[in-house]
This record gives sequence, structure tokens and C-alpha cells, in this order.
Amino acid sequence: MNTAATDDGFVVFDHVQKSYDGETLVVKDLNLSIGKGEFLTMLGPSGSGKTTCLMMLAGFETATHGEIRLAGKNINDLPPHKRGIGMVFQNYALFPHMTVGENLAFPLEVRGMGKSEREAKVMRALDMVQMGKFANRRPAQLSGGQQQRIALARALVFDPELVLMDEPLGALDKQLREHMQFEIKHLHETLGITVVYVTHDQGEALTMSDRVAVFNDGRIQQLAPPDELYERPQNSFVAQFIGENNKLPGKVESLDGDNCTVRLSTGEIIDATPVNVRSVGQETLVSIRPERVEFKPEMMPPGAHMIDAEVLEVIYMGDIFRTRMKVAGTEDFVMKSRNTLGQTKLRAGERIKIGWHPQDARALDPM
Amino acid sequence: MTDATGQLTTADGKPLKAALAASLATRRRRAFLLVAPLFLFILVSFIVPIGQMLYQSFYNDTFSATAPNLVQWFDEHPAGSEIDESAYAALAADLALMKQEKTAGAAGTRINYDVSGSRSMFTSTARKADKFEPPFKEAILAEEKKWDDPIIWRAMRSASSPFTFDFYLAALDLTRDDSGSIVPVAEGQAIYKTLFWRTLSMSIEITALCLLLGFPIAHLLAVLPMRKAMLLMILVLLPFWTSLLVRTTSWMVLLQSQGVLNDLMVWMGLIGDDGRIQMMYNQTGTIVAMTHILLPFTVLPLYSVMKTIPPSYVRAARSLGATSWTAFRRVYLPQTLPGIGAGGLLVFILAMGYYITPALVGGADGQMISNMIAFHMQKSLNWSLAAALAAMLLAIVLIFFWIYDRLVGIDKMKLG
Repeated sequence: MNTAATDDGFVVFDHVQKSYDGETLVVKDLNLSIGKGEFLTMLGPSGSGKTTCLMMLAGFETATHGEIRLAGKNINDLPPHKRGIGMVFQNYALFPHMTVGENLAFPLEVRGMGKSEREAKVMRALDMVQMGKFANRRPAQLSGGQQQRIALARALVFDPELVLMDEPLGALDKQLREHMQFEIKHLHETLGITVVYVTHDQGEALTMSDRVAVFNDGRIQQLAPPDELYERPQNSFVAQFIGENNKLPGKVESLDGDNCTVRLSTGEIIDATPVNVRSVGQETLVSIRPERVEFKPEMMPPGAHMIDAEVLEVIYMGDIFRTRMKVAGTEDFVMKSRNTLGQTKLRAGERIKIGWHPQDARALDPM
Repeated sequence: MTDATGQLTTADGKPLKAALAASLATRRRRAFLLVAPLFLFILVSFIVPIGQMLYQSFYNDTFSATAPNLVQWFDEHPAGSEIDESAYAALAADLALMKQEKTAGAAGTRINYDVSGSRSMFTSTARKADKFEPPFKEAILAEEKKWDDPIIWRAMRSASSPFTFDFYLAALDLTRDDSGSIVPVAEGQAIYKTLFWRTLSMSIEITALCLLLGFPIAHLLAVLPMRKAMLLMILVLLPFWTSLLVRTTSWMVLLQSQGVLNDLMVWMGLIGDDGRIQMMYNQTGTIVAMTHILLPFTVLPLYSVMKTIPPSYVRAARSLGATSWTAFRRVYLPQTLPGIGAGGLLVFILAMGYYITPALVGGADGQMISNMIAFHMQKSLNWSLAAALAAMLLAIVLIFFWIYDRLVGIDKMKLG
């Protein structure tokens, strides 16, 4: 598995810009290099430009500026059918007037492959997604999950090296979606293909990808492996978009290498790791994950600051307690604590002190 | 729950099916009452008149009701019997009756369908019917020599029964010879079969043209952004809101030999002033004008089908390695078939029965069967023949409908 972004990546977006109306840029100066065999996810809210990037890669949209390279070759002017890229669409796009078998044979047929070879390949692809018995059915006779598998098999049957997936699991229910995530990941690993996956579901992005590119406003906000993305977001947007997140606005009080203290708008001082701040006195937004908040002094490093909190609500969620608190003027500060044997039970109205390891609080841009 | 025989029952033991029927009965009655006014309207204004019309195509009693004595004589004397004095006596009695009742014209018209010129024989001979005295044969022949023509007697014999399929024979350019067997009519008199063929071939040409022209427009409508699509849609529908007569007349202005198109071509030097092209009062004129008028009927069903085809199908085909032509042929076109079928069938059926446009721009060459039906309704007053022609037109349309159902399936039709 190659997770390193190199200049000679398998797929390269080189200063790519895209505008539909000549007035606004949907994609602003995109630079991205995807390694061979990598599973890269483009994650972002709708309208962030991620689908446009995918469509440019597939050849259905042309880049207004810049170059897209596939295996070292510029493919800007190559029509979609010559790119040899497999694609899975959001609504599956299985041809309704053909049987499952004919759907899968289609890409082989247009490549002029002989009948016997075609049939063997179709059967192999169907078996790969455990749909071998369904070759003579029509897509309309299949369930959503089955159609999904067929769409996947069709995108893989002609052995493409690169497969694009445009929110392929969006229409499935939660359980099936999680199952299919696992299957797609498994196929990716066994076949050694490169996958570019587009989704707006952060859970999907985190569980499946080697690297995730978080899109917003036509730019990649952060490109990183899932754990880094979750634990070390580079800016407020990423921190907000990925997972649950507590925000505390304030000003940088002191700055010392990898540590800083922030004076909140209500006067308290907290510890943080400087990420997007450069000087004392700068406005910042400190981001802390709910599960990293501590309320037991013995769990805190020595000398760390703790601040006052008032418990507003404790929600029992089975595996965890979700405690909503009033902290530094905000009423939606959330702490998650594991439901372990002997866990201290908090009650609404209780006043406690909370704190965190300085590296878990990240001083980001004020948005 | 089940009873002893294994049938499903409700909680209190009633059979489930009966309970279901009872519970649905009220709803069904209400639904029927809602459609009853429309049903009655269609029955009175559509089904009954069509039935009556079809009935007329094989039932015509204008002669048999006015000539009771001849009817009786034909009943008693089988075909081939000698036309003797008793026959002339019956004729004389009937002519007298016709004079009295003033029905000689009507009876004569009926015989005139088969033997032209016979109407005047009836009216003129009936005028003197009071004065005939036995022997009637001499008396009548003295008045009008043509009465001993066996063709007249054969025509009267066939008209003596109100039920006849002779009108269908006539509509197929067939007739009965002296011995009563069915033969084609003389070379120069055959018109209907050619006319049916022409109507059919012109309708097919118009349908093909409409589909050819309508397909790209419908596709454009389906893929353009909303605002532009609406504008284009209005342009497509504009002719719909204009009177049919106005549209046909404007084609006359455009196409006639001193018309806009010819003037333009002469002005541009494409043709000489003496070489103006005859684009109207022939089949070309009819086809051009009707294609224009019927075009919206193909565009609308096609558009409604194309609107539901997501662009991802063609994209999927392209990404799978198909050229744009292959993607169109193998993926897009098959999915528009319900629209092509509906639009094509609609235009074809409308074209088969089109009247006003061929009447105005068709000339002699561009007439269709409907114009002949109108002629028999209005000019020749041979309603039975008109009804027979209309019945055959209806049959042809139904046959095409059936073929369509077998090939495409009527349930796949989408009319927008």
C-alpha cells in the first residue's frame, strides 16, 4: 500500500481549476497526487467540488485550467471511453433494458472480446461479488444492495486499474452500508486497484480510506490518513466536519514551541497545542474532542489547567455517557465518558472541574 | 382463521373473500358514480354514433323500405329467374307507391350507387306511374327502355335486402359480376385501394419524419437547463395553441408556386422564374404541412420519457468503454422506445384520419381516405359507403394498435 503522495503518482491533479459559468471557481487550484493501489476518499459537504473533481477525472467534465495525469500521461483531451477507468455511480446506473449478465458483458463487448472469453469473465466478476446466480435477472428485480454489487462487478469486469466511486452506498440502509464498506475495502485489497471514492459520509471515509481529502469551498482543506485527520485536524473546518467537536473561542495568552495557553472570552485559561496560531494575542478557536475531556484530576498531567463546568444533562447511550455541560459561557460543551465499572455517575446541576492533555486541544483559526 | 373447508374467514366466521367484497362495495359504487357522467357522455356522443355509423355500413333500407312489392317478388323468385310480367307489375306498383310517398329519389339514389344514371330512371318513370296499365312490361319499357337492363334488376335484387356487404366490396374496389361472384372493378374505376395505400404510406412517412425531427428536439428539451427548456417548450407548443386552419393556410402562403419559399429561391438565383417548384397541391405539400402540425405529438411523449432517463446511464456506458454513438445506440435509444412508440403511434393514428390539411393543400394527388369519406358524406350522399370506408380505416388503425401491442406492449406506452 502506497500512502505517500509523490510527484509521479498514478493519478495527478496539477493546478486544476474548474469554472462552469466563468465567474466563480468550483474547483480552486487543486493539487493532488494519488499513488497506485491507494484508496483515496474525497470527503466534503455538497457543493464543495469533490464530485466535479471526480467527473473531471472520469472525463465527463473538462478542466478549465491545469492538467490531469493518469499513469504519467496527460488525459485532459482523452474522451471518457478511452480512459479505461471503472466507475460506480450513485444510483448504480445499471442499464434497465439489459439483464445483469448483459450489463456486465457490455464493457467487454465494446472492447471486441469474444463470446466465450466474455462469459467466463462475467461469471468470474459475478462470483467475486457473490451474485453468480443472478446473471439472467433484470436490475429492477434486484434489491438495492444486490444492484450495488452488480454495479461494482460491472466497474471491475474489464480489469481497470483505477475505479471511481461516486457515493455508491448513499442509497443503502445503515447495516447494509456498513457491510458493503467492508466488501469494497476487501475487493480493493485483493485486486490491488486504485480507488477514488467520493462521499459526504465521514464515517465511511474514515473506515475505508488510506487517505482522505477533505474538500470545502473548492479546495482541499486537509489531506491525511484517517487517524491523523481525526486527531490532528489542520483547521477549524476539518475539526468541525470530522467527528464531534467542542469549540472554545479565545485569544492566545502565551506561546512556547509546541504548547500555548489560551485566555477564553470569559477569562479562564486553558492549555492547547498551537496549530494555526503564530503570535501572542491572536484570535483562535480551540477544538477538543468530547472523548478526550477529563473530569478526574488524577488523569491529568501535572500542571495542566482545569476549568469550571456545570453539568446540564447526562444522556445514557449504553456504551458511553454523553454529558452536556456549561463551560466558559457555551452550553453545548460535550464530554463522552466510557460506561465502565465504577465510573463516577454525574448528575445534572453538579459543578465539576474539567481539563485535557494539551495535545488534545488544538488552537485553530477562528474561522 | 379458517373454517372446516380450509377457507380463510374473519373473526366472526364469515368467509374472508365475501367480507372483503362487502367492504369494498361502497368504495367501488362511489368510484363508479364519479365516472358515470363522463361514461354517459362518451356513450351518447361517441360510442352510439360510431355504432350507428358502423351499422349503416352493412344496413341500408332506403330501397327495401320503399319498394315492398319488388322485395316480395325477389323473395319469391330466386336469382336468375326470368324478369317476367309479374316482376314489372311489382315494379309498377312500387313506382306508384313511390310517387305517392315521394320516395322515388331516395330509392333511385340507392340503386344509383351501383348503376350510375339509374336515379333519373326512377324519378322520371315514377312520375307517370299512375298511368301504367297491364301489360306492365310493355308500358314501362315504352316509357323508359333501360328498364330491361339486367344490371338494374341485379342491383335492385341486391338492394332488396337491407343487410348487404356490397359497400365493403365497393370500398375494396370489388363488385359482383353478372353471375353474382365477386370480381375486381374495371381498371379505371378502382380508387379506394390505391387511396388506402397512399394514406398508409403517407402516414408512415409523416410518422417517420416526425420522429426524426422530434427526437433531437425532445432530447434538447430534456437536457437543457430549466429556463432555456421552458422557452424551447413554448416554441414547440406555440403551434398547438394556433388554429389548425391558420397553420395550414400559412403553409399555403409559404409553399405555393408564387409563395415565399419559391420567391426566395428565385431571388437567390437557385431556380429560374419559370422553374418554380410545385411544392403544394401534391403529396409533398400534405406531408410537409402535416409533419409540422403533428410534430408536438411526438415531441411531448418523447420528452416525458427522456426526462426520466438520468444522464448517468450514458455516462456509465461511456466509462465502460463505449463511444458516444455506441452509448446512444445501445443504452439511450432502447430506453426511449416507450416514447418513440407512444409518439409514433399517436402521430400515425392521427395522420391516418387527417382531413383538413390534405383537403386544403393536398390537391388531387395528396388526398387521403378521410377526404373520400367526407366526399361520400357530403357530396355523393352515399353514407353507407362512407361508413364502410370509415369502418375499414378503423380496422386498419386497430390492427396497427394490435401490432404495436404485440411488439412493444401497450403498457409500456407513455404519453407524457
